[in-house]
Amino acid sequence: MSVKETASNWEPKILVFACNWCTYAGADLAGLSRLQYPPNIRILRVPCSGRVNPQFVLRAFQRGVDGVLVAGCHPGDCHYVTGNYFTRRRYLLMQRLLEYVGLDPERFQARWISGSEGPKFQEVVTKLTEDIKALGPNRKLRDAQ
Amino acid sequence: MKRVGVFVCHCGTNIAASVDCAQVAQNAQNFPGVAYATDYKYMCSEPGQELIKKAIKEHKLDRIVVASCSPRMHEPTFRRCIEGAGLNGYMLEMANIREHCSWVHPDDKERATQKSTELARMAVAKVLNNTPLEKSQIPVTKRALVIGGGIAGIQAAIDIANAGHKVDIVEKEPSIGGKMAQIDKTFPTLDCSACILTPKMVEAANHPNITLITYSEVEKVEGYVGNFDVTIRKKARSVDMNKCTGCGLCSEKCPSRVPSEFEMGMTTRKSIYTPFPQAIPNKPVIDRENCRYFKLGKCKVCERVCPAGAIDYTQEDELVTERYGAIVVATGFDLFDYSVYGEYGYGKYPDVITGLHFERLINASGPTMGKIKRPSDGKEPKNVVFIKCVGSRDEAKGKAYCSKTCCMYTAKHATLVREKIKDSNVYVFYMDVRTPGKGYEEFYTRTTDQYGAIYIRGRVSKIYQKGEKLIVKGADTLLGKQVEVEADMVVLATAMVAQPDAAKLAQMIGISYDQDNFYTEAHPKLAPVETHTAGVYLAGACQGPKDIPESVAQASGAAAKVCALLSKDEMATEPIISQVNEAICAGCGMCIPICPYKALELKTIQERVQGKTIERKVASVNSGLCQGCGACTVACRSSALNLKHFTNEQILAEVDALCL
Repeated sequence: MSVKETASNWEPKILVFACNWCTYAGADLAGLSRLQYPPNIRILRVPCSGRVNPQFVLRAFQRGVDGVLVAGCHPGDCHYVTGNYFTRRRYLLMQRLLEYVGLDPERFQARWISGSEGPKFQEVVTKLTEDIKALGPNRKLRDAQ
Repeated sequence: MKRVGVFVCHCGTNIAASVDCAQVAQNAQNFPGVAYATDYKYMCSEPGQELIKKAIKEHKLDRIVVASCSPRMHEPTFRRCIEGAGLNGYMLEMANIREHCSWVHPDDKERATQKSTELARMAVAKVLNNTPLEKSQIPVTKRALVIGGGIAGIQAAIDIANAGHKVDIVEKEPSIGGKMAQIDKTFPTLDCSACILTPKMVEAANHPNITLITYSEVEKVEGYVGNFDVTIRKKARSVDMNKCTGCGLCSEKCPSRVPSEFEMGMTTRKSIYTPFPQAIPNKPVIDRENCRYFKLGKCKVCERVCPAGAIDYTQEDELVTERYGAIVVATGFDLFDYSVYGEYGYGKYPDVITGLHFERLINASGPTMGKIKRPSDGKEPKNVVFIKCVGSRDEAKGKAYCSKTCCMYTAKHATLVREKIKDSNVYVFYMDVRTPGKGYEEFYTRTTDQYGAIYIRGRVSKIYQKGEKLIVKGADTLLGKQVEVEADMVVLATAMVAQPDAAKLAQMIGISYDQDNFYTEAHPKLAPVETHTAGVYLAGACQGPKDIPESVAQASGAAAKVCALLSKDEMATEPIISQVNEAICAGCGMCIPICPYKALELKTIQERVQGKTIERKVASVNSGLCQGCGACTVACRSSALNLKHFTNEQILAEVDALCL
């Protein structure tokens, strides 16, 4: 099931790091409320958005993922008190790094989605999928295959 | 050789309608490490679980992937299931193909099936890196702390104490009782507040399992569920509690008078005082800020008159540290500072008062002995105007939320005015009348129909003095015209707000609070008395505006949670915590400031290098404090820190599996 890159039927593959307490629950709520969104995203559960090592993001891009979203609790609402503040700072730095190496910074995003925000989850991933589709496949950081 | 079993659930048609489950199971058989894969209609059901257990035995599976609903739903179920078959519960991963797939992609079976296959593949890749984890046991200190001695705190303490556990109540005022002690009557039954509160105060004071720590504040909270180390500042009372008999002679003879906080400043108290006659403990404290001896260096009248020799001017604040297994926060509320409503003439007109002032005015033990007299000239008011929502539901000036109790206490006040002053007129300006509660609507209807209170829907724009009268100008939005009432007294239903030091206390304990500084419960519906910090529970109005029955109910709820915790000698801790690879830890200490739980510290280890013993520092994780967020793992420069069950290897394996 490799990422198809023929121009006509290419579909982006997007990895979402979702914190267990807010965004994962928000995605569950989107499911519970039967809110539809494109089937391009794959959710990877982490305890806290602060657990997401930039290394994970880089590895994903190297392996050919077209977009990465890191999502956690709203600032101030972190289950672990301060985890998402680290995420926020890392995200700003990370975007600049990715831009510096020549990747479209829009491919890497961070969002705050709480456990009660099913509609926001739907909205964010739908928009993200559209944005990444417009950007086309990630060729920049991808390992040679 | 690792042998993974993959079990794909149909969830009736919830998953099967848009995902070809048999196909997913068939695809899963080709994943590396998978020894067995199958699908079934209801995996969480009894036969479904039996199927998993049987397969574990038959196919010698050592780790399991269940592709079904959210792990937030059934992870504990399947953990128990595989434990029943002899596997460690943490050798399980779940692929969420219901909430994250079938329910959100109902119209594209092909791609939903493909997505489910990939989610299962990620889970398989992760589970291949899982290791068995053991919960560790920590001892539980069988003693609870209740912060706040109002009705919620008292109720929680009595319930915990009756279950046989020791409880300490820390109260910052000289007496327990809280706001309820100031209230005259309670809605909707109009029974006397003191008559139902004081027996509870006495019960708490006399209970063999309850210790009252009054005139004291919590200074520091350390530790974790089961073992909190709490430092309490016992403020100097200047009175020896053991010698004092509570005769009251000192207060009687004390020459200095200051406004009484309990009476809302409408009368005075002495500098050595008990807040109110029914105070518990009924032993005075010296208010050092106002005491003549402490201000001027001479007086000592109280010392001279005290027959027990209990006065001790040399007492100092005392800091004590106690260990508790659980904490109930019941710090209550404060009243909104209505001075932002300049149009209501705060401070300018003495006859504009708050609801709590009014409670003292009609209280038989209050400054007027229960006679309603206006503060300015002591005359009996004939026209009384009540204004609701002062601070509530007014984002511009106060708070966006509804304070919940004001509609009812205003109705109560209106009834009491009409009852005590037969020829009075009562006008109530309101936005809405909200009376959800048993017997509340009936009470409100009685206020208007039987007692003849006049309700005017609209806000007051201005209050000004005209002779002896206060002119209240407002709009009647139902009639669509301006109204003017000549009032003798105006009572404002001020909002309930969080205590001024609520945020400070929350940060000290490590619980969260909302934009209005009310404490946040763990789940608004299913965990209303818990906080996100294990072992800390909420009771009463510190969590949001509440009336007495609700506060009492929540207090009993919190007490039940505390009792469940304290009924065990030991408790299991979650094994998903950080671990240090000491071999590669450089001892830089970067992880220490990152940790919100102070769970990391440097320790010195000894090593033999080239035949010599050397000492070096490495990070060490306190397994009792670590909550498993993983923030430290990212900060670690040498990747010496890793989070169990969410290790770098596991997450990277998932990432790789996604991109095959």
